[in-house]
Amino acid sequence: MTTAPATRVATSDARPKARGRNRERWASARIYISAAIIVLWCLLPAYWMIVTAFRDVGFTFDSTPFFRHTTLDNFATVFSTNMGNHFGRALTNSLIIGTVTTAIALLVGISTAYALARLNFRGKYLVLGFILGASMFPGVALVTPLFQLFTNLSWIGTYQALIIPYISFVLPLTVYILTSFFREMPWELEEAARIDGCTRGQAFRRVIMPLAAPGIFTTAILAFIAAWNEYLIASQLTNDQTQTVTVAIASFAGAQPHQDPYTAVMAAGTVVTVPLVIMVLIFQRRIVSGLTAGAVK
Amino acid sequence: MATEAQSRAAPKTEHPEPDRPLKDVGQDRRAATQGRWAAVLIAPSLILLAIVIVYPVIDAVIMSFQKDAGLAKATGMFVAGGFAGFANYTHWILQQCTDPGGATVSCPPGTLGAQFWSAFGTTFFFFVVTIVLETVIGFWMALIMARAFRGRGLLRASVLVPWAIPTAVTAKLFFFIFAFEGIANKLFGASILWTGSEWPARGAIIVADVWKTTPFMALLILAGLQIIPEEVYEAARVDGATAWQRFTQITLPLVKPALMVAILFRTLDVLRMYDLPAIMTGGSNNTTTLSILVVQQIRQGFNSAAALSTITFITIFLVAFVFVRFLGANAVESATTNE
Repeated sequence: MTTAPATRVATSDARPKARGRNRERWASARIYISAAIIVLWCLLPAYWMIVTAFRDVGFTFDSTPFFRHTTLDNFATVFSTNMGNHFGRALTNSLIIGTVTTAIALLVGISTAYALARLNFRGKYLVLGFILGASMFPGVALVTPLFQLFTNLSWIGTYQALIIPYISFVLPLTVYILTSFFREMPWELEEAARIDGCTRGQAFRRVIMPLAAPGIFTTAILAFIAAWNEYLIASQLTNDQTQTVTVAIASFAGAQPHQDPYTAVMAAGTVVTVPLVIMVLIFQRRIVSGLTAGAVK
Repeated sequence: MATEAQSRAAPKTEHPEPDRPLKDVGQDRRAATQGRWAAVLIAPSLILLAIVIVYPVIDAVIMSFQKDAGLAKATGMFVAGGFAGFANYTHWILQQCTDPGGATVSCPPGTLGAQFWSAFGTTFFFFVVTIVLETVIGFWMALIMARAFRGRGLLRASVLVPWAIPTAVTAKLFFFIFAFEGIANKLFGASILWTGSEWPARGAIIVADVWKTTPFMALLILAGLQIIPEEVYEAARVDGATAWQRFTQITLPLVKPALMVAILFRTLDVLRMYDLPAIMTGGSNNTTTLSILVVQQIRQGFNSAAALSTITFITIFLVAFVFVRFLGANAVESATTNE
């Protein structure tokens, strides 16, 4: 007699628990399914580029989803100059322009970011607003006057014709990201160094710089990527000699005039992208905090 | 702890706080030194930006009020530009062209001048569609990435891949995917000439843009989600709030500042969209954006190109202003406050 109500209680108690467990299981399955969809959506097009890069030209439109008809010919085509492409030179150009732009931006930007993060002065918000506005400034508004100016100076086809406009978006980006990195620094160490007799500059160089190095390095990567990926300005203010990789890929010529050299272009895209992606994945955590700098906090 | 609080309060020392009375001593002298230092440290950046941005922009504005120098079509004589008034602006906005006789007529169809409003419309079409898609999908991605589960590292890493690929490469990649014999047609069993007519071409560009930039949006929103304390959700759960209520009553309002900044960044970016349509369609089939129109005009006359780029710039500025002023997207504030 006494067992019956007890079991009833037990079963009525167990049922919602089971339902709860089921719901939990379903919820976690849903997360995994969503995550899988996102991963596939993000990676499949990039994967397709790499598969195509290694695919024989004759099988350009083969839809086999794995590596088949593999060849390295496309990479040879990319670097060959027979069809008027100078991809190797474009790579060098992009490397030089990206490096110089990044170096200038860091050189000038570090002190500005230090002031914005550390010092207290009137007009700080105005300066930050101006720098933020500058980073969002449309490149197309610069192209017209610079095209005329650089034509008059015969600078079209020189590196400075790209480095100068690139400063306009790389420097604000650098200052902006560095400011948010610097704000997280343990500034009490700088105070301590100054009490021990360092000047402000010494304290910054000897104490803060080593600690800030990872943040500065991340900023350098983001600045370099911004310069490396630029297309609009590069397509207008260069000639064949100073063409950058993005322009070279966009205007890549094939053997036949009206046939798009898809496999070669995908190979070129792979060459340009893979080192970048590897860098980004290695420094993933820092890159994300640099990218989202200022959006929150 | 004390030093951290101090460095956090540092930007606000104009209002001396009662809990730090000792700091008030020598406050004026300190502020003056800091101001001098700041001026020295900030000047190089501001000077450089003045050279690379302010000077070209002023130059563009001056150019936009000049006539194009060249051979006068009626007489065949060389004329040297001169002041044009608002002619370069009315050329675009009111579609006024000059016919060979020198009279003002409405721009004939097919000329660049006649394309202004369609380019304007195309730009805003891309703006609305991509922002809506990227916000919704980005929010969803961020909500998933915010969950703790095994493999989250892989998810966060793969999201960075589209972001790291240059837009020019993305354009070529999707040009290939959407080729007539490409994988998109094969997957859907369709035979659409994607870049051959208006709506498929726009669709392909939108897909490419969403693929490339949604991760950036998701990461910004994720950063906003991560600062919401878990206790708030706990409390809501204890009070019996449903998942939907928790989303609309807690997540949305608390993530709003980060979301607005993300949307602002994307808006400014998409309004100057150039790479994707320029490479995928060359601006054909009504995919010409304002930026493409400016670039095409550069070869035909600097001064009206300068006017058009000024119009583009002002349009973007106005949209950003509306965002900051009326929708509360305050990027400067969120960049300067630490809380």
